[in-house]
Amino acid sequence: MATTPKIDPMLPQPFVVHEVSKETPDTFTLRLDPEDTIKASAFQPGQFSMLWVFGVGELPISISGDPALHDRLVYTVRSVGQATHSLVNQKAGSSVGVRGPFGSGWPVDAARGRDVVVVAGGIGLAPLRPVIYQVLQNRKDYGRLVILYGGRSPRDLLYRKELAKWARSPETQVLVTVDYGGLGWRGHVGVVTTLFKYSRLQPARSVAMVCGPEIMMRFVIRELEGHGLSRDDIYLSMERNMKCAVGFCGHCQYGPHFICKDGPVFRYEQVSLLLEKYEL
Amino acid sequence: MAQRSEHILGGDQLGKLIELLARKGYEVIGPRLRDGAIVYDHIESFDDLPRGWTDEQKPGHYRLHRRPDEALFGYAVGPQSWKKYTHPADVRLWEAERQGTTFRILNNENKPEHPRAFLGVRACELAAIAVQDRVLLEDKYHDPIYNRHRGGVFIIAVQCTQAAETCFCASMGTGPRVSQAFDLALTELLDPSGHRFLIAAGSDRGDGILSELKTSPATEQDLQDTAAKVDAAAKHQVRSINTSGVKELLYENFEHPRWDNVASRCLTCANCTMVCPTCFCTSVEDVTDITGDHAERWRRWDSCFTQNFSYIHGGSVRPSAKARYRQWMTHKLASWIDQFGTSGCVGCGRCITWCPVGIDITEEVRAMREGGKNGNP
Amino acid sequence: METLERIIAEHPFFAGLDGGFTNLMVSCASNVRFQPATYIFKEGDAANTFYLIRAGKVALEVRAPQHSPIIISTLEVGDILGWSWLLAPYQWKFHARAIDEVRAIALDGKCLRTKCEENHDLGYEVLKRFARIIEQRLDATRFQLLDVYAVKR
Repeated sequence: MATTPKIDPMLPQPFVVHEVSKETPDTFTLRLDPEDTIKASAFQPGQFSMLWVFGVGELPISISGDPALHDRLVYTVRSVGQATHSLVNQKAGSSVGVRGPFGSGWPVDAARGRDVVVVAGGIGLAPLRPVIYQVLQNRKDYGRLVILYGGRSPRDLLYRKELAKWARSPETQVLVTVDYGGLGWRGHVGVVTTLFKYSRLQPARSVAMVCGPEIMMRFVIRELEGHGLSRDDIYLSMERNMKCAVGFCGHCQYGPHFICKDGPVFRYEQVSLLLEKYEL
Repeated sequence: MAQRSEHILGGDQLGKLIELLARKGYEVIGPRLRDGAIVYDHIESFDDLPRGWTDEQKPGHYRLHRRPDEALFGYAVGPQSWKKYTHPADVRLWEAERQGTTFRILNNENKPEHPRAFLGVRACELAAIAVQDRVLLEDKYHDPIYNRHRGGVFIIAVQCTQAAETCFCASMGTGPRVSQAFDLALTELLDPSGHRFLIAAGSDRGDGILSELKTSPATEQDLQDTAAKVDAAAKHQVRSINTSGVKELLYENFEHPRWDNVASRCLTCANCTMVCPTCFCTSVEDVTDITGDHAERWRRWDSCFTQNFSYIHGGSVRPSAKARYRQWMTHKLASWIDQFGTSGCVGCGRCITWCPVGIDITEEVRAMREGGKNGNP
Repeated sequence: METLERIIAEHPFFAGLDGGFTNLMVSCASNVRFQPATYIFKEGDAANTFYLIRAGKVALEVRAPQHSPIIISTLEVGDILGWSWLLAPYQWKFHARAIDEVRAIALDGKCLRTKCEENHDLGYEVLKRFARIIEQRLDATRFQLLDVYAVKR
């Protein structure tokens, strides 16, 4: 678990909205700073917080910011319903309740000395961005970095400026594709699995971290296994209904796992049999 | 646990026990007859107990009948379990109020006003409390509300001397003999020798209370009578689950046709989860007052049988009744073992009795085992 | 021609092909180049060529009235462009537009069809490889159809 000061995991701590910036027509990035009296939590890439809008509701949101910065927590949120809509419409200076961080993180330590393959679909790039920051800031601790990212259409792509910047890093390959191209789009068109043949993957040296809609992750894992990666070197982030985030409400159970405690990041080996089961 | 000696408490002395606990500041909770069922509620005196009643339980059936004698505990378990008190159904977690652009949480120390004594905890129920202790107090996080409501409870266990038709604690290894921690344990003896209880203390607290009651040492005959009666309660059980390999049985039969069979009967009414003494799922609700300046978070019992339980953007992950019944039974008998080291089922039989269509979990396990690879439902 | 032979022989699509077959391929091959924003082929045209892309990116497009062209997929280095030459009515179903400058090896489909009819062993090897490509494209297309990133309401 990340080192945190003694804070009750059941009580939201007020954080001040520093900034809300628009990534795509329906997705926004929020930066939350702790109020003076509380220290921010350090977090592991892959962990999530429960964000509470006063009187509206609470949501599990993956932390999408830089794990080296301890004075803030950054989240990328897609507005899909009442609670998310309320969250992304917070004005700078207002307060949002934060509980956490919760859950298991991406294997950034186990991946040291190896190539890191990040495969993201849609908003799935948000929980993986902390991994990218970690690798790029500790460059000599890792081998090659391959980022494969698929989105719905060009205007739905997250972090476009950063993607371009990351592509210029040493020993880094960034490939981006969209399901639906548009006027002016000169990049790849096709599902994210079509990017594998253009990537310079060395399977034996690679650790893959996958995040996106469950269907997308299944297709990607098939592709990764086809390329020779072992089940112990493929990690994914799972999602289920979540209410308490501390293993008491029972909602997030996935087979025998509680996604809030045992996940959301799992080694593929742990969930390979579960992924095949319908309505689990 | 140190070897403590057994004593005999006169049948009419039980009232003294209740008074003694009340004098020491405990709120005594025990069985009472209400609305045609034996439920748990506040007990003032000996007269509040359901003297001379027994229950008739079958799948989807519960009736109370008068006994030919005046036994005080001559019935099995009713629709409620002790989780009504230890894991309350409706709890305000905290309040918060707006303060300018920010808010402050007003933490509520919700706990019972008085320490409680539970009178009449059956072996299966004692096992269920231990199961919930493991889930809520001994895992990665500890539930402070459960801790406040369950910690310090004075437990007076009762060993059953008869079983209902829906009981199967013997096959689950949870009873009828009481084996987990208690403060006092009673076994009711009602025969030509008189109405009395075998009573033993299981803790220092229990020793203290016992020392203030008028008892006589138990004789060898008393001990033999007690053992015989408790054994009889085990032998009378007509239902059972063969637990060997049940985890693998359920994990490996995700697509067994029996699930379609039970789904055609299950109403997803969630009764089973409400009456089950180990089911712990809850949901959380955020509310405000009309001004919007005052917010509260409430925790309520929830059930995996509801559509909303597994809802993520776009829909429920388990839309079908089949998936939800399978989730409940697989969790209870299989996943629970991987999660917490024991079965989640204590064999109390409540889910069988209180299912409106009489689905019998013991029958479902049997059908799945015997169905085998042919998939005969 | 010798360079062409090596390129064809080393291309993953032709891996495992007998040397003699590769010679047959080469006799139907030539180097080609397309300027950016030009069309390699158009929907409805006779399909008698397929291409091994060596550089640049190609967009497969569909035209629809009142619509700018919809790109259904892009292909680039290492990809094979075109299979309509293989099966009657030998007609392109989509437009193929060079997004940037595209260099490719063009293989004469008509010539190759004839050689495959004459030599069924060669034909079987060619069909097996195209079946694999069609399978991959179909899987990808089905995945694309699922529209997994859309918000479900």
